[in-house]
Amino acid sequence: MSADTETHEGEHSEEWFASAKKIYPMATHGLFRRIKWTLLFITLGIYYFLPFIRYDRGPNAPDQAVLIDMEHRRAYFFFIEIWPQEVYYLTGLLIIAAVALFLMNAVAGRIWCGYLCPQTVWTDLFLWVERKIEGDRRERIALDKDPWTFEKVGKRATKHFFWLMIAWWTGGAWVLYFNDAPTLVWQLLTFQAPMVAYVWIGILTATTYLLAGFMREQVCIYMCPWPRIQAALTDEKALNVTYRWDRGEPRGSLKHNKKLEAQGLPAGDCIDCFQCFQVCPTGVDIRKGMQLDCIQCGLCIDACDNIMTKIGKPTGLIAYDTDENIERRLEGKEPVYEIVRTRTVIYAAVIALVGAIMLFALLNRDFADISVLHDRNPVFVEQSDGSVRNGYTVRLSNKRRHPRSFMLHVEGMPPNTLVEAVGADSTFAGRPIVEVGPDTTREVRVLVSSPPEAEMPHSTPVVFRITESVMGEVVTAKDTFKAPDKP
Amino acid sequence: MADTHNKEVDQISGVETTGHEWDGLKELNNPLPKWWLYIFYATVVWAVIYWVLYPSWPLVSSYTKGVLGANQRQEAIAAYDKGVADRSEFADKIVATSLEDITKDQELLQFALANGQAAFGDNCAPCHGAGGTGSEGYPNLQDDTWIWGGTLDDIHTTLLYGIRSDSDDARIGDMPAFGADELLSKEEIDQVANFVASRAGVETDEGIDLAAGQVLYEDNCAACHGDNLEGIQEVGAPSLMSANYLYGNSLDDIRAQIANPRNGVMPGWAERLDPATVKSLTVYVHSFGGGQ
Repeated sequence: MSADTETHEGEHSEEWFASAKKIYPMATHGLFRRIKWTLLFITLGIYYFLPFIRYDRGPNAPDQAVLIDMEHRRAYFFFIEIWPQEVYYLTGLLIIAAVALFLMNAVAGRIWCGYLCPQTVWTDLFLWVERKIEGDRRERIALDKDPWTFEKVGKRATKHFFWLMIAWWTGGAWVLYFNDAPTLVWQLLTFQAPMVAYVWIGILTATTYLLAGFMREQVCIYMCPWPRIQAALTDEKALNVTYRWDRGEPRGSLKHNKKLEAQGLPAGDCIDCFQCFQVCPTGVDIRKGMQLDCIQCGLCIDACDNIMTKIGKPTGLIAYDTDENIERRLEGKEPVYEIVRTRTVIYAAVIALVGAIMLFALLNRDFADISVLHDRNPVFVEQSDGSVRNGYTVRLSNKRRHPRSFMLHVEGMPPNTLVEAVGADSTFAGRPIVEVGPDTTREVRVLVSSPPEAEMPHSTPVVFRITESVMGEVVTAKDTFKAPDKP
Repeated sequence: MADTHNKEVDQISGVETTGHEWDGLKELNNPLPKWWLYIFYATVVWAVIYWVLYPSWPLVSSYTKGVLGANQRQEAIAAYDKGVADRSEFADKIVATSLEDITKDQELLQFALANGQAAFGDNCAPCHGAGGTGSEGYPNLQDDTWIWGGTLDDIHTTLLYGIRSDSDDARIGDMPAFGADELLSKEEIDQVANFVASRAGVETDEGIDLAAGQVLYEDNCAACHGDNLEGIQEVGAPSLMSANYLYGNSLDDIRAQIANPRNGVMPGWAERLDPATVKSLTVYVHSFGGGQ
């Protein structure tokens, strides 16, 4: 490779990668800012304090309302207890979450991104800390340009200290969901917590500090797939943070536009004050229309409304509006807001359906379970008295907190069929009774022998039925009884 | 390479193109943030650090070992040793508990079955089959036919000392070679074989004197196999009442076993396996369902 080509290549990389432009979002106040603060308090409040809420499940069970117990492979959510094989509840939750996201998008654009996404919430919190310590937009721009004075070092150190404290608290709260919270807090304070807890706190401290302190809008613009997906899902009837260019254009300074108005020339309401741009946490100029970078937090609406009020014009130059309405107003028609339309109805119906199925499954959740596995080798055994025996591996689950006994019965076999369970504790009327410990499973080997006089067909469908001894709870599983193929 | 000096601006987006063009499509140059590039560099550095720390590069006859000395083989051995150590608690209990009591203790039974299953696959399956169904010459452990007894204690003894094995305590029971040792003539063997076959429900040859066969049976066979062909477990003489024979069920098989019998050997496992494993195997084999 010649030296010439190398310079050539060098020029390329200069152009193909650019330093991210630093954004200094300005503080604003108004309706959407208040909504954002409220949601921030609620969501972070839940996140930080939920692990401390107690929920009494009786003896032999953790009393933490929300707990993922990796060691014992159980997940708890108030009255719900999930075993690993019931992870489909999580699948249902994820389906609901995804469709809820679609529904939000069809109704009012990226309200998830603007108000609820952890990235938005923590960035908002970090920005608040930054603003409290370093001042608002202008002061922060100035501070960045300042030489490294004692004061600047002090402000920066304070900011990063508080950022790290919040980040540490975030990581700390995370691990509380996987252990008994009060115990773990004490262990952490006395440095007796398991290593894995410190490692996770470290990881989440680092990610929170980096993502909310430094990456911020870069996460939304370059790392998150949702902006791309939402662009494909939105339509002309979805409410989006919209600059009503039909009213705002042609834009111009207050003086200039007043002059135009006086001359009877068309003048828009946008006075080109750039407040909408300066308050934007992702550095977007909303007047360019809907764009990928815009998380639709509505702060530009607050900023613009404040200005419009000051200059005595109606608010709402930037507002939650639809593409369709802009067109309608240009045509002189009344705007329409159709929240109930095909796609929102379908999304809502899917959510309701999946929710109903999950609720049904949850309310009818068995507290006992049986799974049956027929022996593969041998499929059947011929006995010397002419009877045929099949072997099964049967696993019984007891999801209650006390030991329970189950009586096993195999239906579909001729009378005088012998059913034995290796390790059965007792029998009742020839039916084995198996005791299963609290909140656990037990595997027993079950042997079913047809009576010698019975001519068994090659395959007989059978049902394994267990009946709980006290409450009479019944659970069944299907299988087959195999016998030699007799001509 | 496309000419990058002649920069072109896309009219619609107002973005410069890279100068790359495919069939009229021009690539816009929306620069990626630099941190993206730096993360790529960081992964490259990470790879180099990894090469230094861990085994990575193949050499001609070896590989770079890495300064941390990580070795998955040793990790596996350590994990195995830990598993054995963790199991010893149960193994000790198994040794101390009687076979009968093991089957009544949920925890011990579960351990014995799992341990027995693993040991069966390693030691017994080559002859008796993975499912314990055996094959010609190797008894089926699933059914209820037991030459030397199918109780827990019988199975345990057979497992410990074997059958016709080197062990001093081996179960010994030899079927005499009536043909090879000229104890019976060819015709007599034919008569006895047909008599036994007739009782076991096997097709017999025509024109054979079954009454003579019965007399021969009573004189030569009944001492071990019983007056009614029911077999005598103590000497390992199997029942001949039903065609469920270890060495084959045809008339030819019966004839061959009388004339020049096979006396199969089962090794004793007392010296090959630890006592807990032999006991676990006993419980496992018994759990097949044929156990008495």
